[in-house]
Amino acid sequence: MSTELRFALVLAGILFNQAATAAGSAEKGKAAYVQHGCWQCHGFAGQGGVTGPKLAPNPMPPEALSAFVRNTRGAMPPYQAAILSDGDLADIHAYLLSIPKAPDYKSIPLLNH
Amino acid sequence: MARKDPGPQVDRRKFLTGVAAAGAATAAATMSTPVTRAAEPAPAARVPSALPPSMHVAQAETGTPREPARVPGIPGSDFMVDVVKTLGIKYLPANCASSYRAIHESLINYGGNKQPEFLTCMHEESAVAMAHGYFKVAGKPLMTLCHGTVGLQHATMGIYNAWCDRVPVIVVGGNDMDAATRPPGVPTFHSAQDINALVRDFTKWDDTPVSLQHFAQSFVRAYKIAMTPPYGPVMISLDAGLQQEPMKDHGEKPYVPRYVPTAPPQGDSGAVKEAARLLAAAQNPLIVADRAARTPNGMRLLVQLAETLQARVIDQGGRMNFPRTHYLSAPPTAVSSADVILGLELSDFWATVNSYTDNAGNGGIGTNSTRIKRDTKLISISSVELNTKANYQDFQRFQVIDVPMAGDAEATLPALIEAVKAAIPNDRKGAIAARGEAAKKAYTEGKERTRAAAALGWDASPVSTARLCMEVYAAVKDLDWSLVASEGNVSNWPNRLWPMEKYHHWLGRSGGYGVGYGAPASVGAALANRDLGRFSVSIQSDGDLMYAPGVLWTAAKHKIPLLAVMHNNRGYHQEVMHVQRLSNFRNRVANYGGDMGPVGTRIENPDIEYHKLAESMGWWAKGPIKDPAQLGPALKEAVKVVQAGQPALLNVWTQPR
Repeated sequence: MSTELRFALVLAGILFNQAATAAGSAEKGKAAYVQHGCWQCHGFAGQGGVTGPKLAPNPMPPEALSAFVRNTRGAMPPYQAAILSDGDLADIHAYLLSIPKAPDYKSIPLLNH
Repeated sequence: MARKDPGPQVDRRKFLTGVAAAGAATAAATMSTPVTRAAEPAPAARVPSALPPSMHVAQAETGTPREPARVPGIPGSDFMVDVVKTLGIKYLPANCASSYRAIHESLINYGGNKQPEFLTCMHEESAVAMAHGYFKVAGKPLMTLCHGTVGLQHATMGIYNAWCDRVPVIVVGGNDMDAATRPPGVPTFHSAQDINALVRDFTKWDDTPVSLQHFAQSFVRAYKIAMTPPYGPVMISLDAGLQQEPMKDHGEKPYVPRYVPTAPPQGDSGAVKEAARLLAAAQNPLIVADRAARTPNGMRLLVQLAETLQARVIDQGGRMNFPRTHYLSAPPTAVSSADVILGLELSDFWATVNSYTDNAGNGGIGTNSTRIKRDTKLISISSVELNTKANYQDFQRFQVIDVPMAGDAEATLPALIEAVKAAIPNDRKGAIAARGEAAKKAYTEGKERTRAAAALGWDASPVSTARLCMEVYAAVKDLDWSLVASEGNVSNWPNRLWPMEKYHHWLGRSGGYGVGYGAPASVGAALANRDLGRFSVSIQSDGDLMYAPGVLWTAAKHKIPLLAVMHNNRGYHQEVMHVQRLSNFRNRVANYGGDMGPVGTRIENPDIEYHKLAESMGWWAKGPIKDPAQLGPALKEAVKVVQAGQPALLNVWTQPR
């Protein structure tokens, strides 16, 4: 990882952390999650699938989420601030945090044939 | 007496002599005597003292005298039907067209609409895809008829899918060749010099017969080529004049050549020995199979090879190659730790051992990386190497292979198994057994992770794809089920969670990824399963169904029982993310136009009521189901309907993937 990129990740994390602290709304985040198309690969409940990993429950810390979303060079395209604001990203994290833990698969008869 | 003025008289003795001399003992099919199965070679040619009468002769001897035909003589298309009947082709899905009206008439009247039975289709692409799906269950090809121009244009994507999926389909296109005599106007719009050119790049062989004898040879040859691995579609242009005109007496009566299957090609014995040496000496050998098992026996052979080596197997799912319940079943990530990889009929070896990321790297073209260790040895057995064409790029990126074999994997496996057994030294047997124990542990842990992942979003609305698939499985698990199509990406849950063990549990995918395969292919496969007493279920995506939904009517019309459970995510989700990705790369907000995804990728506003669409075409249907708790009870109702012989559809609103 280049020095510039590491700096950018740290800076993005700091900025996001401030934004998250200021404006993390799960309700707004649910709308932003749909509006920005996060659901397209990760599902409405953040459950993930073959096209994207699970995001919830237990989402990654906000600074890590921000660093990834802004700078990813993997299969997911980056979302710059011009597309997804810091405020919306903070709300999305709040929404992911609000998603309850999934039931234990052992308690689901259909998953225990 | 068939005709008062039969034109060129058929002398029974001379005709039979001609047939016998050609060794066509099975040629003279009769209306009362079923033809022998085409896939089985006929007995060796002998000159019999008497053969069963042909249909013409039987009618002449036993039939009721009729009014004279306006066109005298024996229609050429009647002889064509005689040829078709020798091959035991059971069904003929087709959309009717004037350029083949003569053989159409002969099939349903002279041929009694049996062997083959005409199935009314509403799109040529549906007809080809039905034949595609049918073959993957029955192991026997179907033929289809179409207008050689506009109908073939409709059929092309289905033919391309069959080509890429290595499935035999016999396509016959009507074409009126004689510009001086054919009707003007529409029939001439529907004529061309060389209709086969349209599909030559993705068919194994084609021909344009100009005489009835030529037709007989071409049709049997086409069948033979289509059925020699690697299988593939073939094309015959059928002149309208040749169909309609009475048989001409050139002194020698036409005969039907006997069909004898060609033995599939096997890998070179030296290469098999070298492959066995590498596999036997490997610390961590891996088998990857895509279309390796052409038959249930192919599965058994693959299990035998894997157990001999205690090698894990990645089944890429082009066919049902390996039981999902076997502890040696492995995920795609297993390539990273292998030191020898055996690829069996892989459609894309490069992507098996490398990865491509569409991340705008390298100036926008994406980045490539290897997924295997530097010194991993690669072995390939593939019959497709014997049948590569240049234009369409289904051969994928070039991958250097250490031991490449041009041969059919299933046919080569017996020799490879014996060679591997001979190559394993006694002092390796303990290590091989320990490898098996490690595989059992990895398999169990992997299954637990998969189940835990399936529980995420279990009660969400719209219904999660994991919930959808497991509700469907619960509804069919006590039946002899066959998942005839699973289109539209449901995160591969059936392959990850259903205990697939039989060859008909999974039929693979479209081959060429041409959308619109799922609905017609599942109807074709369900037709084959109906005849075998099996229960057919499909996971039917919304975009796929809407290419040619008329196939729903075909299923109802011909009483083909099928349970279609819709994965209705209300969008073309493969494309949603492509547009989103490009928008992000260009740092622009994707324009959703009031929908839930980029303009042009969503199927909403208005939402399509698929249950009503299906009902209108004779299906039992229910929906839309958005609450997962309603899915189980609806499935129970639908299963009963299908068991009673009717097709049923459930319109389920689902998560995207």
